[in-house]
Amino acid sequence: MTYMSNVNDKPLIEIRDLHFKRGEQVIFDGVDIDIPRGKITAIMGPSGTGKTTLLRLIGGQLRPDAGTILVDGQEVAALSTRELYQLRKRMGMLFQSGALLTDINVYENVAFPLREHTELSESMIRSLVLVKLEAVGLRGARHLMPSELSGGMARRVALARAIALDPMMILYDEPFTGQDPISMGVLLELIHTLNNALGLTSIVVSHDVKETITISDHIYLLSNGKVIAHGSPDELEKSPSDWAQQFLQGLADGPVPFHYAANDYAEDLLVTMGKHMKGGAV
Amino acid sequence: MSEKKHSPLTPLLDWLQQLGRFCLGFFERLGRGHLLLFHIVSGIPGLAFKWRLVVFQLYSVGVLSLLIIVVSGLFVGMVLGLQGYNTLVDFGAEESLGTFVALTLVRELGPVVSALLFAGRAGSSLTAEIGLMKATEQLSGMEMMAVNPVKRILAPRFLAGVLSLPLLAAIFSAIGVMGGYFVGVDLLGVDDGAYWSQMQAKVDLHDDIYNGVIKSIVFGIVVTWIAVFEGYDCTPTSEGVSRATTRTVVHASLAVLGLDFVLTALMFGEG
Repeated sequence: MTYMSNVNDKPLIEIRDLHFKRGEQVIFDGVDIDIPRGKITAIMGPSGTGKTTLLRLIGGQLRPDAGTILVDGQEVAALSTRELYQLRKRMGMLFQSGALLTDINVYENVAFPLREHTELSESMIRSLVLVKLEAVGLRGARHLMPSELSGGMARRVALARAIALDPMMILYDEPFTGQDPISMGVLLELIHTLNNALGLTSIVVSHDVKETITISDHIYLLSNGKVIAHGSPDELEKSPSDWAQQFLQGLADGPVPFHYAANDYAEDLLVTMGKHMKGGAV
Repeated sequence: MSEKKHSPLTPLLDWLQQLGRFCLGFFERLGRGHLLLFHIVSGIPGLAFKWRLVVFQLYSVGVLSLLIIVVSGLFVGMVLGLQGYNTLVDFGAEESLGTFVALTLVRELGPVVSALLFAGRAGSSLTAEIGLMKATEQLSGMEMMAVNPVKRILAPRFLAGVLSLPLLAAIFSAIGVMGGYFVGVDLLGVDDGAYWSQMQAKVDLHDDIYNGVIKSIVFGIVVTWIAVFEGYDCTPTSEGVSRATTRTVVHASLAVLGLDFVLTALMFGEG
């Protein structure tokens, strides 16, 4: 009993001293993150901070330059291809674009992982697909092709596909980007409901602060390859970090300056005027 | 203002640097291509349980290429009939027209022109399809669903291409022979019996037909390999897919023509 409770208390994902570079650009420079089981954890930060890269590292599509990523006790980078694929069967990932297979319809998209990984009968697959589609409210759209779906519907179908194999966790990559308020509300509700109803662990990568905060149990703020702040939404609101406050409140100026680094403004203008007076080109 | 000092050797060093970078890039791509081919081939036995995927690709890659193959074969055969007749008639050898048309098609034009048309029709389509799947994260999505896209997407397409091209080349040659017959016999008056009997007597199953089939199998492997590799390796943007599609047609066509010379030298060189 004690052992079980210890196991369940351990974070599902433990990231330690993660370093990752893309070319010369440092994406992660010693990042530590714990993703608790059964909770919704948000990873937030400005565009280009490597939020999607983090999901790909967790999913084993990229390998870290240094550091470890443990998913349910298994070090992702050390797994063989077979072991990695076994682990991925227990993960679901919702891509920003939905990543639905465009040559098959909604029903077949949701049935795809079931057909690939199980020996279930056709009637069982049908029942499971309809249950998953009902959960996202699109049972009636099962005959549509992906090209006939709106962006929000495509993400809901992708969500139904992601939960088809009843995974232990779901990785959401920018689920709210480009969504109208109704679609956004639907997605927020779905992520929250599915997490609680299925006992999932969810990681939501996003820079939609207000929406993400409403459903998150824990939040990590990333910038310049580091974790700037983390904690519950309430804790972050009281964070002493100026950067965290600027990001959470969407302030135009602060530690991240409004102006791109440049020479002194007045000096710059005087140089221009001087060149004009001499008849030179600007 | 500081200016860089240029020594007289700077352009040469720059050129050498570019050459080195180009060579490294070339061999890196070549290595990736061979690794991919290895993974594709290792995925082919597993297709025995997913034969529907191969059948669908045979339709998409092979059957849908039939029209261009049949029409081109007919016109190439008709041109061969006309040109062959005009040359042979000067020597009073117009009754050898059947042999001329058949050998030209079976040994060379059937495999080569079919492969060039196949690269343009099916190869470019394969690259664009796989490239777009990569650009729209469908391949990544499959990987995250624990489905290997090399085995699920690339292997059936590769196998279908390798199986299709020899059949398409055979159809091209057969239709070409009919085209030559139409021009030579029906329009120009070559003897019907001579056209077929000379062909039957001079075209050898082993030396001519088998060698042509071997050529088209090699071309099928090379063209489809280039097509799937370019799609899988492309930059996942619209420009990247467009460039990859162009590279498929150019590289596959050059590879077919270059390999044709090598294979012809090996097969018919001694004669």
